[in-house]
Amino acid sequence: MNARELEFTEPERYELYEGPYYHFEITRRDFVQVLGAGILLSIALPGAFAQRSRADRPVRLAQRLHIGADGTITVLTSKVEVGQGSRTQLTQAAAEELRVPIERIRFVMADTAMVPDDGGTAGSRTTPSTVPAIRKGCAAARQLLIDTAATAFEVDAKALSVRDGVVEGLGAGRKFSYADLASEKHAKALERDVAPGVAVTEVAHWRVLGTPVPRVAAADIVTGAHRYPSDIRRPGMLYGRVLRRPSYGAELEEIDLTAAKALQNVTAVRDGDFVGFAAATSFEAEEARDAAAKTAKWKTAPHPSSEELYAHLRAHASSQRPRRDARGTPEEAFKGAARTLRETYNIAYIQHAPMEPRAAVAEWSDGKLTVWTGTQQPSRVMDELQRTFRLSRDQVRVIVPDTGGGFGGKHSGEVAVEAARLAQAAKKPVSVRWSREDEFTWAYFRPAGVIDVAGALDDKGMLVAWEHVNFNSGPSAIATPYAVANSVTEFKSCDQPLRSGSYRALASTANAFARESFMDELAAAADVDPLEFRLRQLNNERLRGVLVAAAEKFGWKSAWKKNSSAQKVGIGLACGTEKGSYVACCARIKVNQSAGTFKVLDVCEAFECGAIQNPANLKAQVEGCIIQGLGGALTEEMRFKDGKILNAKFSQYHVPRFKDVPKVETVLVNRPDLPSVGAGETPIIGIAPAIANALYNATQTRIRSLPIRDAKYKYS
Amino acid sequence: MKASLQFTLNGKPQRVTTEAKRTLLEVLREDFDLTGAKYGCGEGQCRACTVLIDGNPVRSCLTEMSEVEGRKIDTIESLSQNGKLHPVQQAFVNEGAMQCGYCVPGMILSTIALLKRNASPTEAQIVEGLNGNICRCCGYTNILKAVQRAAQLSREAK
Repeated sequence: MNARELEFTEPERYELYEGPYYHFEITRRDFVQVLGAGILLSIALPGAFAQRSRADRPVRLAQRLHIGADGTITVLTSKVEVGQGSRTQLTQAAAEELRVPIERIRFVMADTAMVPDDGGTAGSRTTPSTVPAIRKGCAAARQLLIDTAATAFEVDAKALSVRDGVVEGLGAGRKFSYADLASEKHAKALERDVAPGVAVTEVAHWRVLGTPVPRVAAADIVTGAHRYPSDIRRPGMLYGRVLRRPSYGAELEEIDLTAAKALQNVTAVRDGDFVGFAAATSFEAEEARDAAAKTAKWKTAPHPSSEELYAHLRAHASSQRPRRDARGTPEEAFKGAARTLRETYNIAYIQHAPMEPRAAVAEWSDGKLTVWTGTQQPSRVMDELQRTFRLSRDQVRVIVPDTGGGFGGKHSGEVAVEAARLAQAAKKPVSVRWSREDEFTWAYFRPAGVIDVAGALDDKGMLVAWEHVNFNSGPSAIATPYAVANSVTEFKSCDQPLRSGSYRALASTANAFARESFMDELAAAADVDPLEFRLRQLNNERLRGVLVAAAEKFGWKSAWKKNSSAQKVGIGLACGTEKGSYVACCARIKVNQSAGTFKVLDVCEAFECGAIQNPANLKAQVEGCIIQGLGGALTEEMRFKDGKILNAKFSQYHVPRFKDVPKVETVLVNRPDLPSVGAGETPIIGIAPAIANALYNATQTRIRSLPIRDAKYKYS
Repeated sequence: MKASLQFTLNGKPQRVTTEAKRTLLEVLREDFDLTGAKYGCGEGQCRACTVLIDGNPVRSCLTEMSEVEGRKIDTIESLSQNGKLHPVQQAFVNEGAMQCGYCVPGMILSTIALLKRNASPTEAQIVEGLNGNICRCCGYTNILKAVQRAAQLSREAK
């Protein structure tokens, strides 16, 4: 892995340290299997980083591409489609380089038995890593087509090109296409390694990339024909349900499965701390589970409540390995400053709550396990299944059908393990789908955090020192993008009450919220327009570019009025950079002073991610991020007490709905001169601080928490 | 308690014997392999499970089988005829009104019911009419455009 990749790779430490969800008792038979497969098990599986770097190595053509006799081209990748548009974008990339129409390309995504490992779908890596890998592979295939045609017809390859999948320049009456390449006569050519360094198409010559290609397979979605993981059906398949603990940390002391087993055609399993049931219908599986649950005795454990969350995090900061980064001499700069401000921001736990909860279908056949499941990390889930069931690599196959939402929330394989354990016991395929309450309770959360920020101004109102300390929520985008000579940032992991993991943009939302709110506080202290205050200390041209673009489109300069007394309308802005892309967001809110409520009227966001590959999908991602970001900004917060989630339902946990949608304007800044980077995450980070700043502008009340609400003001 | 029930499903008469307390959503998905209606919350809050009963949108996750005796049920699978998409489906395709798409069948059926009540809804009426449907990808802006286009296509089709 080179330094550039490291720079953009989000270290998602939470998953890296997550162990298997269940541990099953080892049996003699398993043990023999492990010994039998010992040689395989001793081979270290490549880690996520190694997997990613594979994209840059030459890939054998047969692994990446399949060309049918009819000329249909199948491209293989381990990436998944969870709604972000990867299938369409990758299809564009392949069509561009192969010089074939979109309709001729089919993608097989995330079937571990078939695809090369491009890594999981996370960290906005598909655009900067996988698209280039696909493009290189397809460009090489196009060159192979040309070279083979040149040899077959004894012409100079340099005089040939490809259009609509057919070689041009061979002369009258001569035809050579991808279908010809796939014929037996030329099949040997496909066994060659692809030479590295085949040039991909320059942005200026893009015909398919850069255009608003509509979503592929859209017809299957609108007709209900597409099979999501929870829709997979297998012959003789049963439906499974798992008994959940009543609270975090509860341990099962005893349970009587007699009543459950007495029900007709029910498979009941207790294996270690796993208790599950499978039956011909979900109704029967639930009946069995409920019958058994009545007999369960649990030993509960104390657990902190959300009321005491922030004090808990601060008190339980780990002293080990804080990630600290300092430049200049911040301590001295703070001492010598004209003015110093210091504030604390709190960030709640939130849930991804994808529309499709975790789901898996598992099927055993001849000791081999196949699992269809919704995950962003098929390779990790395969690894989890291998370790749990002590299987070798060739005994497990994970297939990820296009899935009903992820947002960073589907990196783990619990449901795959549950379905596989039940299918093993029932000797039939089993489908397990989590309930919404399961998903809100037992899936992992975006980590909560406490952030301390301090800043110092000189007598001219310029920023001279900066300090940013994040407890628990994560280090991504913790560095300030502003030009400040003296700064220190630190991330401290904590012993935290809830299981946490990745989330769209993960900690950059929290860090941007604290930083951009605080920049507003400093601007007010310096008595400068917050746009002007930012621009004065911003050298990064790309970030300046989006900030100016958003402010112009929004009409910031004419709209800005320094708060004098309580106003009805307030405006705020924020900007930031993460994973190589740049965002700036302006928001206007309206406050009802007597009711203490506010609503968001309109939002204008500018976003830049290099050369735009699909403007329609990019716009959808940016708009989706802004509106999804409203949830975390205004209403979403996990509440918990005594080890139980208190709001594990959509009726108790408000996610954005139609009525919450403000007027949204986007400015997509295209930079064809720059490499394309991902766009599914960073556009979410600007909305929350823009709203908090607008609320301050309207009310002179500064709310330093996500969600943005206090005793006096709340969104309504 | 098992019951023998008769109803019309996507134009065909059906008779099933099953637990009367099972939800319509479960029976559609598990007994009829009609998986277009989705589970999203189990409490009628997201409407991913929407089907039409006698032409009206119903949350199938809250509907017990005992309630469908003698009724006419239509699911998303019944909309396109001979490979031709229903105007509302076509509008969702044209406007790119889907990200993960899991909410889309429920959105489409809710839109059909909305347009049946009001062929030319204002933006505010669309927002009101679909506020019960959650799109967690938050692709609401394109869905709104799709409903507006669907209204136009439906009027033209008449």
